[in-house]
Amino acid sequence: MRQPRPELLKRREFTLLILILLLLLAITLRSPNFFQPGNLYDILNDTAILIMVAIGQMMVMVTGGIDLSVASGIALAGMSVGMLNQYYPQIPIAVIVLISLAIGFVLGSFNGILVALAKIPPIITTLGTMSIYRGFVFVLSKGEWVSAHEMTEAFRELPRGTTAGIANLLLCALLVTAAAAIFLHLSKTGRELYAAGGNRVAAQYVGVNLRRIDYLVFTVSGIIVGLSGLLWVTRYASAQNETASGFELQTVAACVIGGVSSMGGCGTLWGVVLGALFLGIVNNALTVINLSPFYQMAIQGFVILVAIVANTLVDRRNQLAMLRKRAL
Amino acid sequence: MENRKAAAAPRPGEKRRSLSGRIARSLMEWEAILLLIFVLVMVVNANLSSHFLDLFNILDTTFNFMEKAIVALPMIFVIICGDIDISVAGIIALASLLMGMASAAGAGTGALVLIGLGAGLAAGFLNGFLITRFGIPSIAVTIGSMSLFRGLAYAALGDRAYTKYPASFAALGQGYVGATIIPLQLVLFLLLALVFGLLLHRTTFGRKVYAVGNNPTTARFSGVPVGSIRLIVFSLSGLMSGLASILLTSRIGSTRPNIASGWELEIITTVLLGGVSMSGGKGNIFGVIIGIFLIGFLKFGMGLINVSGKVMNIVIGFLLIVAIMLPDYVGYLRERLLLRRQQRE
Repeated sequence: MRQPRPELLKRREFTLLILILLLLLAITLRSPNFFQPGNLYDILNDTAILIMVAIGQMMVMVTGGIDLSVASGIALAGMSVGMLNQYYPQIPIAVIVLISLAIGFVLGSFNGILVALAKIPPIITTLGTMSIYRGFVFVLSKGEWVSAHEMTEAFRELPRGTTAGIANLLLCALLVTAAAAIFLHLSKTGRELYAAGGNRVAAQYVGVNLRRIDYLVFTVSGIIVGLSGLLWVTRYASAQNETASGFELQTVAACVIGGVSSMGGCGTLWGVVLGALFLGIVNNALTVINLSPFYQMAIQGFVILVAIVANTLVDRRNQLAMLRKRAL
Repeated sequence: MENRKAAAAPRPGEKRRSLSGRIARSLMEWEAILLLIFVLVMVVNANLSSHFLDLFNILDTTFNFMEKAIVALPMIFVIICGDIDISVAGIIALASLLMGMASAAGAGTGALVLIGLGAGLAAGFLNGFLITRFGIPSIAVTIGSMSLFRGLAYAALGDRAYTKYPASFAALGQGYVGATIIPLQLVLFLLLALVFGLLLHRTTFGRKVYAVGNNPTTARFSGVPVGSIRLIVFSLSGLMSGLASILLTSRIGSTRPNIASGWELEIITTVLLGGVSMSGGKGNIFGVIIGIFLIGFLKFGMGLINVSGKVMNIVIGFLLIVAIMLPDYVGYLRERLLLRRQQRE
């Protein structure tokens, strides 16, 4: 199994950063309005949810799993809090935030229990829960939407409101990123995620509790999904049955572009944040250079394929270099 | 995921024979359980609605799931290889798009069929090439290509649709055998099932597919061309998706970018429900054929009593999870039993 080698990984993120800067430059040359503080701030805001959910996805992928239920989870949590606000407008926002986290916890735990205890492969578990959660959105809403005028003012203003001069939405993304950085880099459990993904058998022999890790990553991903559901619905001021449809692919794409291997064991937080920003910039650029949003899916698929092939080639070159060094 | 497999792999070599014997027996049992559920579904459905056990209705409802069934056949090979193909529905959309373009340019039915099959084969080959040439896990490649293939359909069509197809093309997906009430699609599926069944269970190619799924490294050292086998299997998957695209496009008579969306989930569910193991090397065609008709008639029955499609998805999702849990759980119990017996000896 590949070992995380800091200097190489740093190089990959460096490449990605340069790519992002080149992309920004290219778009700015095409349309000068792009490189304005206002637009850049918009891109950050638009990408905030993707960054958060991609971080949860990354933790799952680092252990060798995948969470395909995130988009359905966002829709279910979003619809739940949206309807709660519609029918019980007196509930304070702080309580609604807690409820969204709790819903996410339940959804994530369900995945985690199926993977950790029932030993169902993550891809099957989350393919199943993807359609189960999406189905429950429909059962809950009976096909109706919650639209802007049915929400309270405070609810709609949640992501736009500012704390210490930063939009709440962006603040959430920053907090999640900071928490994840501390967890992944400084805690023992965080390091165990990499061990579990690198080599499960070896990890077990050195005393990593695989069950606990499997349960933990899906639950963390779920909690982030719960919060993101609330933020999504409040930001777009509508809760729909098709909310976030196809979003799970974007989170996987952000991870893969950021250098997370789908076999587990490697990937860094900064890579994933850059990968998410890369996608956010591409999406924003489509509208800025007047390309139809219908191109988004194809471009995304193409970018994913190029990224994973490039990652594999870089890895192979590194392995060759390592072998050569050893031969000398 | 590779590692999960490795964790389960080390087993005492001398137990191999009795182990495979037990696997064979448990599979037989799994098919028996499936058959039982199938009969149960039929009986419950027949009691819930008087329209269910009508020969014409039963035959006609197969139109609703034969296209998926045709893609499920090569998916058996893909999953036995230890791989997965999430892009099949994307391939259907892409092939349908190209047929729509060709039809708009005045192509005849023969040309449309060739284009559909060719597009599917090319897309499947691209998947297989990326997977085997660069050694990338199939899930990563097919998630990307699924987005690319369907994305191309969105990019080309946007919110428009192709709806002009020649009359003889429409007959392909809607036709019956002669003047009978037997759908052409059903006959085509049964023929293909026979071909794929023979290929899997009666040829060296089929045995090699199992070998690749059981242990790719061992297979390679035993002289099995692992890369070529997987490449062929993914190409087959693409080809059959192309065929399904022809039938579906012909049946509904239009191409929209969201055509067949979400089908990958249902097709994979069917195959797994049929007893094919996600960790590779296990499964057979009979279980999957039962699974196909089980899900098909279950949905038909739910439709008759006005269950909405979204609620059906909940049922299918749970069915998938339970279908995976059951045989694994039975196997786990059996292994513990065996261990206890060994300890006693």
